[in-house]
Amino acid sequence: MSALRLNSVSKHFGAIHALNDVSLVIEPGEVIGLMGDNGAGKSTLVKVIAGNFAPTSGEVFVDNRKATFYKPLDAQRAGIEVVYQDLALCNNLSAASNVFLGRELTRRVGPLQVLDYAAMRTRSAELFARLKSETRPRDLVRRMSGGQRQAVAIARTLLSDARIVLMDEPTAAISVRQVAEVLNLIRNLRDHGIAVVLISHRMPDVFEVADRIVVLRRGRLVASKRAADSSPEEVTGLITGAIEAA
Amino acid sequence: MSSHSTLAEVIGTSQNSTPVSRVMSHQTFWVFLAAVLACLTLTILTDTFATERNLFNVSRNFAFVGIIALGMTAVIASGGIDLSVGSTVVLSAMMIAVIMSGGLPIWIGIPAALLTALLVGLVNGVLIAYAGMPAFVVTLGMLSVARSLAMVLSNNKMMYEFGPDHALLLALGGGSTLGLPNPLIVLAILALITGFAFKWTRWGQHLFAMGGNEEATKLTGIAVKQLKVSVYVFSAFTAGLTGILEVGWLGGVTTNLGQAMELSVIAAAVIGGANLAGGVGTAFGAVVGALLIEVIRNSLILLGISTFWQGAFVGAFIVIAVAFDRFRNARYSE
Repeated sequence: MSALRLNSVSKHFGAIHALNDVSLVIEPGEVIGLMGDNGAGKSTLVKVIAGNFAPTSGEVFVDNRKATFYKPLDAQRAGIEVVYQDLALCNNLSAASNVFLGRELTRRVGPLQVLDYAAMRTRSAELFARLKSETRPRDLVRRMSGGQRQAVAIARTLLSDARIVLMDEPTAAISVRQVAEVLNLIRNLRDHGIAVVLISHRMPDVFEVADRIVVLRRGRLVASKRAADSSPEEVTGLITGAIEAA
Repeated sequence: MSSHSTLAEVIGTSQNSTPVSRVMSHQTFWVFLAAVLACLTLTILTDTFATERNLFNVSRNFAFVGIIALGMTAVIASGGIDLSVGSTVVLSAMMIAVIMSGGLPIWIGIPAALLTALLVGLVNGVLIAYAGMPAFVVTLGMLSVARSLAMVLSNNKMMYEFGPDHALLLALGGGSTLGLPNPLIVLAILALITGFAFKWTRWGQHLFAMGGNEEATKLTGIAVKQLKVSVYVFSAFTAGLTGILEVGWLGGVTTNLGQAMELSVIAAAVIGGANLAGGVGTAFGAVVGALLIEVIRNSLILLGISTFWQGAFVGAFIVIAVAFDRFRNARYSE
């Protein structure tokens, strides 16, 4: 059973064909490295999967069920989570509050529903432990390292029982040590049977974690092959067009 | 931290590990300290400050600014600003004055005044949240509109006859219960409710999240627009409530009531630790900020310093409080 299947998905903006006839199958627990030059259609593809845009034509299947997303919340409900490049965290709140933002745990005190901070801290500490991250639930996100922020963003996806996590350039703006931390987080998700789509320009990072490399060029899918059977040189050729397809 | 620490240890720790350092890291603590020191100094330097009569006046005066500062703190923490509160005070006050002087009872006057205020907040909120207009512009417009409506309503006359429930209205704003002025009691209750809502409800959590990162909050599926409207309605509610209490206290109302009050209120919120960039603020801070402003004002009078100096002192305190917070946080900035 595939976690996600795209069937000839196209997305046109007027005369611009941002995505052309893209078909792709992603298995549970698979890490996909989605690569391509600027304007190749990576963001459009991610936005179609995440429910930001409806495809012009073609179909999206989640868990073998046809999925029609009208808004990002629909995709979230279907188990698709996006970790945004800017991480979309609230710097002024604690790690635990960020993990639970929008789905806070509450408990009843007399006639009132009050936030259950203790339960949220415990639960997020468990999630951070599962991710083998040293992030502490009470710490303010403002004072965290890039790697810890990633852990918070990823813990959010674990909380919602995501099937597929889309990650947009998670290693773009962080230190070398933190990159290793983030790659470990991705392996952790994979080990929990969650499919990860990693959008990145950083070839070494992609080759380190991805099971499969998918290359887009001018809106078309030009390659989808096992990372072990490919090489950075080949992928570079595919991205630039020096190699037509593989 | 070592990787051997238990889950319980991890949950228990945060950057401000001891309660003392946590308290001391809050701007509110230092402002509170300043207010207490000012009070102590005045008690020693003058024999008029610590008199029952003066304290009664101080606490009642600061209650009005304090009540609205609670609403303003919610607005500021959510990432907005409300310049229309002073005008909402006079509109609400004029509404109850006109209705009661027309011979209607107080139990019609109060809801009518509050509803008027809520309507002002609703218009502000809808224009800001749904039409996407800047809060500064919308509430600046409302500042003008609401005061103008109060003038139309009263024909710009002073109102001081409030019909059959005249005495009741005056007792509500000007009287006291158990030795405490009524506005102070209202402030205390509202501060407790607001503080509770900020810390322990989803509404509070979402409000601060929105002030911290509106886009991120939207992405989590939180209904940011409704939340925004609720914040401006709350702010207008606090202004409407103050309008009703002020009529009772003054025993009459003119259309210049609450003029420039938005500035004292914003000052109180900011001195109390609300960050105009959004995401930070406390109910206790709003009260303490309002208290400090009133103590400064009162002390200048008691010490025989010209009231012309008030603005300079209050202004200096705004800058000092914010600068203090800046320098203290500088080491955390990326």
